[in-house]
Amino acid sequence: MIYFKKVSKAYPPNCLALDNINLTINDEEFVSIAGRSGAGKSTLIKLLIREELPSKGQILWGDQDIGKLHNRDIPFWRRQIGMIFQDFRLLPNKTAYENIAFAMEVGGCPKLEIEKSVPQLLKLVNLINKADNFPDQLSGGEQQRVAIARALAHRPKVLVADEPTGNLDLLNTWEIIKLLMKINELKTIVILSTHDRDIINGLDRRVITLEKGKIIKDDPKGKYILF
Amino acid sequence: MFTTFVRIIKSGCISFWRNKWLSSSAVSMMSLAILGITSLLLVNVLINSLTANLEDKIDISVYFNLDTSEDEILDARVDLVKLNEVRSAEYVSTGEALNKFKDKHKDNSILMQSLDELGNNPLSASLNIKAQQASQYESIVSFFEQEKYNEIIDKINYLENKAVIARLTSITRSIRQIGLVILLVLAGLAVLVTFNTIRLTIYSSRREIKVMKLVGASNWFARGPFIIEGALYGVIAALVSLFILYPLLWYISPKITSYLPGTDLFYFFQANIIVLFLIQILVGVSLGTISSLVAIRRYLEV
Repeated sequence: MIYFKKVSKAYPPNCLALDNINLTINDEEFVSIAGRSGAGKSTLIKLLIREELPSKGQILWGDQDIGKLHNRDIPFWRRQIGMIFQDFRLLPNKTAYENIAFAMEVGGCPKLEIEKSVPQLLKLVNLINKADNFPDQLSGGEQQRVAIARALAHRPKVLVADEPTGNLDLLNTWEIIKLLMKINELKTIVILSTHDRDIINGLDRRVITLEKGKIIKDDPKGKYILF
Repeated sequence: MFTTFVRIIKSGCISFWRNKWLSSSAVSMMSLAILGITSLLLVNVLINSLTANLEDKIDISVYFNLDTSEDEILDARVDLVKLNEVRSAEYVSTGEALNKFKDKHKDNSILMQSLDELGNNPLSASLNIKAQQASQYESIVSFFEQEKYNEIIDKINYLENKAVIARLTSITRSIRQIGLVILLVLAGLAVLVTFNTIRLTIYSSRREIKVMKLVGASNWFARGPFIIEGALYGVIAALVSLFILYPLLWYISPKITSYLPGTDLFYFFQANIIVLFLIQILVGVSLGTISSLVAIRRYLEV
């Protein structure tokens, strides 16, 4: 369970990106975070993966305060979360296989396990025949699927996707969304931030709508309400 | 722990190879730096041998009265060489002095004739003294100003040579100082250029470093491969500069020897090749790793 407790984030000089957010995300839930650009979606995610610290309030994972993590514990926390970004963020000098293996290597995962898991993950995202391709030899959709496989490599409890389909065409978009739903069926929390009306309307899951740093709507079977 | 270490090294080597262009530019920059530093070291060797040559030309002679016995002079010599400042003290007896004189002036028939007419040997015995450093002649001269030597010493040619010696001393000293300053300035330049090159290579990987951190890499896991890469630059650059320097010195050294007899750079290089190579590797590796460490720091704060 993830619990945002009275969380605010201010950027100097006078930008209040998040304003007193209270939010609970339950285990095995699929949550979409909707809102325009600048509404605070990315800030919320940055706080969750401890890329930044909240100005006020607490973010709890179970009874652990993410904001109070010691620097050397941050990598361990990040290995419990899988991250997917709009711009894929693959390592350009590593092949698809190596990108996924890297996420396992950072945690000191044994070689045998890596050699077993990576092909499985590549099969899951349907890219087993592109294992030795470098990111610039893959299409956008393929790159994002590699990124999803990487995010799943250390069997995270939470998968966070920040506008994962922002750079993709319609067909690839739905492929990615289906993949996310499949992952959620395997009992992983999925947090999907998006401003795409069709995705949210098509998902029929919980939708949290942000505007100007505040939650204006939290609907268990939500529709996109902004224009 | 060990697996992590092996993975870091492997990843560093692979990325060195995959970034061939970036690596080769960093290596060539660094080779130039190491080449520069080594040549400065060699120039320093040259300067030292040049000043040593100059200083070797300085000496003073102490002439003894004609009636001084050889034993007295040799006793004085024994006391003299106990001084730290004295490098050598060569005894020239009256006979030797005469032979030298005759040898030097054998073509001058008038001198020879008058020497023959004189009958006995008019030349005094002497000690030719060389000091460790040119500035120490003053104190050697003062050694002979003791009262017991007053009676046997005819003259010391220091006073005549004093101005020349002082000049040479100051010249050799300033050559050394200028050489050192140039060495330091150029070495500093080489270090800065290398540091900046490495900073640029790391700057071009800043997104990668961030991604590594976001995927859950610890600081060392993200930083390690870059440090390995930096060290690799250093090792390869040291090898490259060695391979450039060897034929270069082989070609240049005889030319230098013809200007400055008694200095053989190529021989010096061959004799010290292992030490020099170790210095080059040490300079290269420490430049590479330290620059990487410093340059990567700001990109790790994610």
